[in-house]
Amino acid sequence: MYGLGILSGMVVTLKNFFRKPFTVSYPEQRLPQHPRFRGEEFTWYEERCTGCASCAKFCPLGIIRIVTHPGGTTPAEGDSYAIDVFDIDIARCMFCGLCVEACPYDALFMGSGFEEAKYRRRDLVISVERLRAAEKRPSTWYRPQLEGQAYDPRRDGSLPWQKAGREPWPYHLPQRPQAEGEKTTGEGTP
Amino acid sequence: MTTGLGLSAAPPGERYKRLLPGAMSMRSEPVTVNVGPQHPSTHGVFRLRVTFDGEIILDVEPIFGYLHRGSEKLAEERTYTQVITLTDRLDYVASMTNNQAYVLAAEKLAGLRPPERAMYLRVIAAELQRIASHLMATGFLLNDLGAFATPLMYCFREREKILDLFEMLCGARITLSYMRVGGVFQDAPEDFWPALRKFLKEMPGYIDEYEALLVENEILVTRTRGVSVLTVDHALNASVTGPMLRASGFPWDLRVVDPYEVYDRVRFDVPVGKAGDNYDRFKIRLDEMRQSLRIVEQCVEQIEPGPVRAESPALLRPPAGDAYARIEGPKGELGFYLVSDGSIAPYRFKLRAPSFINLTVLRDLVIGWKLADMIVTLGSIDINMGEVDR
Ligand code: SF4
Ligand code: SF4
Repeated sequence: MYGLGILSGMVVTLKNFFRKPFTVSYPEQRLPQHPRFRGEEFTWYEERCTGCASCAKFCPLGIIRIVTHPGGTTPAEGDSYAIDVFDIDIARCMFCGLCVEACPYDALFMGSGFEEAKYRRRDLVISVERLRAAEKRPSTWYRPQLEGQAYDPRRDGSLPWQKAGREPWPYHLPQRPQAEGEKTTGEGTP
Repeated sequence: MTTGLGLSAAPPGERYKRLLPGAMSMRSEPVTVNVGPQHPSTHGVFRLRVTFDGEIILDVEPIFGYLHRGSEKLAEERTYTQVITLTDRLDYVASMTNNQAYVLAAEKLAGLRPPERAMYLRVIAAELQRIASHLMATGFLLNDLGAFATPLMYCFREREKILDLFEMLCGARITLSYMRVGGVFQDAPEDFWPALRKFLKEMPGYIDEYEALLVENEILVTRTRGVSVLTVDHALNASVTGPMLRASGFPWDLRVVDPYEVYDRVRFDVPVGKAGDNYDRFKIRLDEMRQSLRIVEQCVEQIEPGPVRAESPALLRPPAGDAYARIEGPKGELGFYLVSDGSIAPYRFKLRAPSFINLTVLRDLVIGWKLADMIVTLGSIDINMGEVDR
């Protein structure tokens, strides 16, 4: 019979009429966010940062600007470069996280926020002062130690550097774990 | 008359005389109209220069390049890991499969073999992405048919769940950068598996719902049955791949004919259409979603704990040479061709974009049909301008 298909479609619509709404009204209600969410403001622990600039080199867009001078020390890593400038231009950042993946000292973490709207582009550059002063709510992205502690930036709030943990970087281990069918090369190890 | 592809097609006039007897009795002056570049039904910034006789299409000339970002050139000055972020932005509704095709090519070039668990995780992610992409295609096809936004919202509801799963896996929802050369960046978190099982349990019910809503809907059937038929010969000559080729009745699926990763260990059917019309192209995507769910279910059963990333230097320097890897993307055969000169960046990066090649048959499909049918045909091809223009 002509119209049966439309009727069965109407039944589906009717069923959905009595379902709980799937949408949320954003500013009042929020969806739960996974701790791995790669958010905007970066979390940076100066206590761990040695100024090695691996993060700046790994960024596909080259938007991290680091200026250092020799002779600093950090509580966590000992001798290091002292940081003068550490600007991240998040106006151009795509939040890919490669900088976080590259950091061998677990000093740089992704943030957890997503509401960084600004009126001027220059306000989107995160300066070193802002990084120092900011509340530390690191995302657990690429940081298994935080996932091990079941840390949730939205729930647990600010995390001091002593608690942020340090995962040994595979490239720093004297005997690196070997995957099967894999040739060893020391070449390119930063 | 021959088309640009060297195929003979009936002259436009002939064709619509056959289609609509009596149409030639009153001839009007042909009018050229631009559809796009900023038109809601062109699925991105894409322009069609269409010549009409009344409402009947006499000629179509697709004009693209509005979204050209030079990805292939940009890749030549980025390291092999950094290129992954560029592939996210090619077909931006299916980032996972772009990642997958690229890392397969780079692994072939570097002679790396990813660990088992990584391959399973990649297949799970890619199949979820296929479902998400097909949901988008179905929703927007219905949007083009005039069912404005309602079926689209149904489809988006489930797509949202897949994006939530992706957020658990890799912290992002659209530009994922999940895979790495030699595996995936990190193992899935603990809470991913219960969420995935819940999704797998619910999703067949939702596909039933779309079928009840759409498959027998008389308006949809009358608008799409028999419209813009693509024959197998024509499809093969024009290198059409993916759901479009299968809708024409040719069972060609790279997951079966050239299995990569772990597709040779899972069992699934390849749905094929019969007529190759717009209806079949719509229906085949619903059927493929069910098969993707089957694949994910089997992968969840088979996956074993283990490492997820092969040991490789942070700056990959593949030996000089070239490699081509192809996968069955949601839109068709997605291939990456990489040439290495032994340095840290690819010497040449070339992409075979399925929706670009599928788009080439648009002209032959729509001549003789009406404007409203052209919009639906374009929707059924499922193009993505990020990939067409790259
Ligand atoms: S997230 Fe990506 S784009 Fe942004 S600073 Fe880090 S590496 Fe650069
Ligand atoms: S890679 Fe880490 S330690 Fe090195 S400069 Fe960047 S944040 Fe500091």
